[in-house]
Amino acid sequence: MSASGLDVGSEQITAPPRQRRRMSPVVYLYIAVGALLVVSLVRVLTGAGNLTSSGTVSAALIAAVPIALAGLGGLWSERAGVINIGLEGMMVLGTWGAGFAGYQWGPWAGVLLGVALGALGGLIHAVATVTFGVDHIISGVAITLMAPGVTLFLAKLYFTDAPGGGQKQSPPIDDVAHVSVPGLPSLLDSIERKGWFFVSDLAGLLRGLTTDVSLLTLLAVVLFVVTAYVLWRTPFGLRLRSCGESPPAAESLGVNVYKYKYAAIVTSGALAGLGGAILAVASSQFRDGQTGGRGYIGLASMIFGNWRPGGVAAGASLFGYTDAMQLRGEEAVHALLLLLGVALIVLAVVQVRARRYVVAGVATVLGIAFVLWFLFTDQVPAELVSATPYVVTLLVLSLAAQRLRVPKWIGQPYRRGQGT
Amino acid sequence: MGRLSLRSVYLGLAAPVGALLFALLVCAAILGATGHPPLEVAEAMVGSLERPRTAANSLNSATTYYLSAVAVAIGFKMRLFNIGVDGQYRLAAMLAAALAGASFMDALPSVLRIAMTVGAAMLVGAVWAGIAGFLKVTRGVSEVISTIMLNAVATALVAFLLNPDRLAVTVAGSNNIGTPTITEGGRVPGFGYPGSSSDVFGLILLAAAVGVAYWFMLNRTRFGFDLKATGQSQSAAVASGVNVKRMVLASMLLSGAAAGLVGMPQLLGASYSYALDFPAGLGFTGIAIALLGRNHPVGMAFAALLWGGLDQTSNVLDLSGVPKEIVVIMQGVIVLSVVIAYELVRRYRLRLEQRDVGRALGTAPAAEEVRA
Repeated sequence: MSASGLDVGSEQITAPPRQRRRMSPVVYLYIAVGALLVVSLVRVLTGAGNLTSSGTVSAALIAAVPIALAGLGGLWSERAGVINIGLEGMMVLGTWGAGFAGYQWGPWAGVLLGVALGALGGLIHAVATVTFGVDHIISGVAITLMAPGVTLFLAKLYFTDAPGGGQKQSPPIDDVAHVSVPGLPSLLDSIERKGWFFVSDLAGLLRGLTTDVSLLTLLAVVLFVVTAYVLWRTPFGLRLRSCGESPPAAESLGVNVYKYKYAAIVTSGALAGLGGAILAVASSQFRDGQTGGRGYIGLASMIFGNWRPGGVAAGASLFGYTDAMQLRGEEAVHALLLLLGVALIVLAVVQVRARRYVVAGVATVLGIAFVLWFLFTDQVPAELVSATPYVVTLLVLSLAAQRLRVPKWIGQPYRRGQGT
Repeated sequence: MGRLSLRSVYLGLAAPVGALLFALLVCAAILGATGHPPLEVAEAMVGSLERPRTAANSLNSATTYYLSAVAVAIGFKMRLFNIGVDGQYRLAAMLAAALAGASFMDALPSVLRIAMTVGAAMLVGAVWAGIAGFLKVTRGVSEVISTIMLNAVATALVAFLLNPDRLAVTVAGSNNIGTPTITEGGRVPGFGYPGSSSDVFGLILLAAAVGVAYWFMLNRTRFGFDLKATGQSQSAAVASGVNVKRMVLASMLLSGAAAGLVGMPQLLGASYSYALDFPAGLGFTGIAIALLGRNHPVGMAFAALLWGGLDQTSNVLDLSGVPKEIVVIMQGVIVLSVVIAYELVRRYRLRLEQRDVGRALGTAPAAEEVRA
């Protein structure tokens, strides 16, 4: 639960300590293939080619990266036991940094300044929560309140008279280089055009992931790998995570809890800042209100991903995908309904096998409702589609909250020597 | 308590006053560094407050902010973070506006119309907050996350409903769209402010009544006692027979109902319709004010007045070339430094109390024991 808040309902989370085998990578591969099969089935049934076209996939990738980095930032902070609602604010600082340095000294300088400003936001959060023991939610909300004011203030000062800039936007920023895997695009393109069941969908997916990929996207991928390695394979990561599980135990073993929490929160801010900077670079300028709540979606993707890097990436991809679908016309969005319905019914079947009948029942009812909605309408209002990531998060939280494994000491303030 | 009262008053004021001074210093430094003389800026802002129109608007802003702060504070009192006041009031105001503007309402007596509008808004707010409360008690979903998600869903819903095909009409003479304008009988007349073209919201009385009701609930009812007890020590509250789950649901519903009121002064006193330009983000302002006012009915009133004054007087700054967002920065610094200051004062007070106890017992506590 949240910072020193009520832990009502959370008693269920600790309920039966089920013996769970860790799933092997092969299982994940099966799941991925299964998901793609469902998607291509839906594509064939509805004729909405955009569901798996390479254009959709690459748009989804672009949309997912800022969310994923915010989620990764949340992961760092929360693994050390500090809730970071301020991700949104730190992202906002990152967008301004990218705009300011980006138009003057190129996109990479912009990214650098964005990261630095995000880290600064993280530092403020760290000072408030770690040193002064302020409630994590309150500090985060304050930072999120302040960041748009700071950036708009600075934007009015520095961008108003700049060429191509304005009171609420920066002059244009150049994009970084994009790369493709040589040779593949034309081959995959021809397969994608055939419209074969599954094969063409796979080709579209691969083409989207290998063609014209921004170097910043690659950077994000590298950061996910680095995070997974550092947090789970090094002594530093073990100590950092121990601060999120049981700081008294960590301290009794000589870990400087404050230092690790500071490191985690500043990293968290830097990653959120990077996410903001990438957002600004990808849309070629800083604009006021550019983040549009992506910091919160990042937080949601972290919860969705059960506080693990792979899960964060999966959650962010899902949100990026729904984001991209909105731009792909009504036909694709309408097909999304059937997809959601089928996905829920599949979930229900899985839950029945696990003997969780209540969850299975809810999922079945919702799934059938979505399928009926698909069958009896021709289009979905575009306004409602923007709610999809949030509704999905709520569904996941309420259907699977018991299976989430939250860091034990999350949200509680810790003062040095508290355990003695 | 009697002996300590002077000290506790001075300690209680130390945090907000200290935070205000600190925020002033920070903003002066920022202004100085960006080449704007801080004193002139302050003078311009104070000067504009003397204009009747600015003063009336400040009061109006404070009315809305106060309602929002009370909504947040009801949750805060039991450590329940209703971040979703923002979504709750926007959805509530939108649906209430659609109801109040509907043509069948014209036939009803004015009092009934207003009561129905306000009641509908409270109901919608309570339902929307109730979703988060329900998910928390049945599924253990953190209300922080669920209310943030519900904010975004509310945004989408409002955008969906505020469409000429559904509840909205095109506002004459502009490309704005909004709910049908509320006719004379559904409006709440304002109080004239001498020398000002804009009236003070009539529903400022509603805000005052909500403040009194909030005070009464906290200090004079069993429910309020349970609320505070749960917030201060959940285990103690459970031991004395409080049903925490029911309290969570009840306080979420109450908080949401109060949130539903947030849009009413503006809707029934000035806009008369929910359009695209209806003020947004008031829920977050409420969080800031509840923090600054320490969830206290009077403290929040002062905080709301301060916020309203800052917001309205900042409008003169853009004329003199100073970005008015300096006020947002100031507000942010106030919130952050006030919570830090409260924490420091709390630790200091604990230390003082322990010293008093030590003195009374004739033993001075060792340094290590004095720890918050």
